[in-house]
Amino acid sequence: MSVFDGLKFRKVYSPIHSLDPRVKFIYVCAVFVVALLFSQIIPLLILFAIQVPFVLLAKVTSNWLRSMKGAAFFAAIIFLTNFIISFISAGYAVTSQNIENAAGITLRFIVLIESFSVFFLTTSPDHLGLALEQTHVPYELVFAFTTAVRFVPVIAEEAQTIMDAQKARGLELERGSFLKRIRNYIPILIPLIVSAIRRSLELAEAMESRAWGATKNRTNLYALRMHKGDIILLAISAGTIAAGIYVRRFVTIPSLGNLLKNIFKP
Amino acid sequence: MAIIETQDLTYTYSGAAKPSITDVSMRIEQGEFTLITGPSGCGKTTLCRCFNGLIPHFYQGELKGKILTNGLNVAEHPTHELAKHVGLVFQNPENQLFALSVEKDVAFGLENLGVPRQEMRRRVDEAMKITETYDLRDRPPHELSGGQQQRVAIASVLAMQPEVIVLDEPTSFLDPLSAKKIFEVIYNLNRTMAITVILVEHRLDLTAKYASHIIVMNEGKVALDGNPHEVLRSQDALLIGIGVPKATRLFELLSMDGVNLSGTIPLSSEEMTTMLKEVLTHR
Amino acid sequence: MIETKDLHFTYPNGVEALRGLTVTIRDGEFVAIMGQNGAGKTTLVKHFNGLLKPTRGQVLVDTLDVTKTSIAKLSRNVGFVFQNPDHQLFSETVEEEISFALRNFGFNEDVVENRVTWALNLLSLTQYRKTSPFVLSGGERKRVALASVLAWDPKTLILDEPTIGQDYQQKEKLRQFIMQMETQEKTVIIVSHDVEFVAECNPRVILMQAGETIADGEARRILSDPGTLAEASVIPPQIAQIFIELGGQLPKLNLPKQTIDLYEAREKIRKILAGKT
Repeated sequence: MSVFDGLKFRKVYSPIHSLDPRVKFIYVCAVFVVALLFSQIIPLLILFAIQVPFVLLAKVTSNWLRSMKGAAFFAAIIFLTNFIISFISAGYAVTSQNIENAAGITLRFIVLIESFSVFFLTTSPDHLGLALEQTHVPYELVFAFTTAVRFVPVIAEEAQTIMDAQKARGLELERGSFLKRIRNYIPILIPLIVSAIRRSLELAEAMESRAWGATKNRTNLYALRMHKGDIILLAISAGTIAAGIYVRRFVTIPSLGNLLKNIFKP
Repeated sequence: MAIIETQDLTYTYSGAAKPSITDVSMRIEQGEFTLITGPSGCGKTTLCRCFNGLIPHFYQGELKGKILTNGLNVAEHPTHELAKHVGLVFQNPENQLFALSVEKDVAFGLENLGVPRQEMRRRVDEAMKITETYDLRDRPPHELSGGQQQRVAIASVLAMQPEVIVLDEPTSFLDPLSAKKIFEVIYNLNRTMAITVILVEHRLDLTAKYASHIIVMNEGKVALDGNPHEVLRSQDALLIGIGVPKATRLFELLSMDGVNLSGTIPLSSEEMTTMLKEVLTHR
Repeated sequence: MIETKDLHFTYPNGVEALRGLTVTIRDGEFVAIMGQNGAGKTTLVKHFNGLLKPTRGQVLVDTLDVTKTSIAKLSRNVGFVFQNPDHQLFSETVEEEISFALRNFGFNEDVVENRVTWALNLLSLTQYRKTSPFVLSGGERKRVALASVLAWDPKTLILDEPTIGQDYQQKEKLRQFIMQMETQEKTVIIVSHDVEFVAECNPRVILMQAGETIADGEARRILSDPGTLAEASVIPPQIAQIFIELGGQLPKLNLPKQTIDLYEAREKIRKILAGKT
């Protein structure tokens, strides 16, 4: 699914890639919080726009666009659902209010996908694991996460090999009724699962053999240190929240209805 | 000094009908390059797991007899402590690499041991240089070839600076050229760093020449134990069905034919060539 | 008969694995495809049952164009035994496992029953008929995988690296098994980097390097040719190594070339020594 493309890490060297994942995450949360403050279209569009420079700086434009394309599908569903609901509750009338509400919710969704996409595209799983570790998430969980990510391509390849092996025994995955097709996946899933179990056993042996559990005070080859860029991003995050709260409190944002009236003022 | 010593070692996996190894007694001296071989199911892999404590701590089951690693009674010390003295490299390269980059993998054992960062960095870099994996340090394991992966596995064990490194059929999944490279790396560790090497292998044609000690197992017991030159010439070796190198077998056949070949039996084609050259020219 | 005509294959990630291969394998031949990792050996044989389709060029299996025939149809006559049996095993009993392909190919239940019995017998697995394949040893699982392919009696058998992880005795049994298949006039194609094993089998060898064939002929000739083997990054079998070295160091002796077999080597050396006395 193309929306997952937006979540794949790309090893590129950009200023965004070298930022501390914890700081990036704080930024993403800040954006999310501000997005929740508004239901009008204009501020949400602004929020969407100010993140685009990050995408460009990170040089992940093509992948990001792919994830936005995938998100567009869900966005359309969200918009339609919300619109239809408010359409019905307003007595089957199309008002600028209805449209704005639906658009608002949809935009919030898009802004969220936008920032998360940049986050995952610019943060290596290793880096992410390191951030989790340094925020004192139990190492067992971090290890489970990074090891799982490490084996994703291996398992994908194995699934392909298993499919080939079973096709070579006459298994036809494309044929048959819906039920038959589901059953056809059993000869693929079972070897995959058995292999996963066997792999876990071998991994456990290797872990034990490399002194797993020797001490509670595990050290780390790398250390995350905050740099200038991180401080800047923290400042931006703080600034965004502050600006958001100020605007919410003190500034009247024209609703879509008002805007349209002003534009079409005779 | 015997770095590994077993006395009447017998082990039965939990739920198994009979033991995988029976009354195994052996001594491996410090600095040796020991080859352990034998037909499938002879107990070699079980034995490897005893060396670093996976048996009996990870596998439970029933262990009888005694095994001492570096003077420590394996049954009485946890695996994470024994791991500092005995490193174990497994058959499948893919399933012993966890991290997303080579150097993080090499550091794994040291991180577990709580080694301070500076010391860790030094040891990791050194281990990678010795196994010629330094240039691969930022690469994810999935992008490496089987041979490269195994060298990373060796590096990650080496970084822990054990006195003994045990390798359980490390080249099973590798092509002969990659296998040869692995053996050269291991032999180098043995020769220049005085690390005791215990190699479990079928491919005697590629490995017999490195070994100073060979143990042949069969059906859970030690069948032959001694100097490779002696052991591989015996009829027993052939009867058990291990892959005696062709050079050695040629020597045996020609000796039976009455050809006078001087020197100890050859374990490699180079040795055999030298012997034959002598015979063919001095006539 | 299997024919490839100027076969080119490029993987989706852009790697050009096969660059214009033209080979013909006749019915009943025993061929070993050799070369180092990445030479394209497995890529080539995967075209024979349609798992891969050519990017350019043609592959004909018994006159069927692989691009126009389904994998299932091609597999009916080309049995592919994969390297790792665990990539195939999924049934509750060995019997079920062997029946799988037979049922896919549409055999009647009573025929299935007979074929299963026959295959079990052939590979000495009869006592495991009702056993779960997952509790069997590595070597036994390999035999189950082999049995499940033989059961449908394909004309051609492809074995991908059959000697991996096998000890000497198991390899001997495998060699004898292949000989048996030979007498049944099956076409046997093995992909192998095990030079010693191939030397003992002495088949036709197709040596590949970087997606092309660099040699094609008798094992005896190819495995004793140091230049060609070096080009393919293949280490010669020990006996061949000895004769190559001796030949180089004692050219006057005019040592017989093309020696890869242990017993032949012994005979030749004895002859030379006898001739000298």
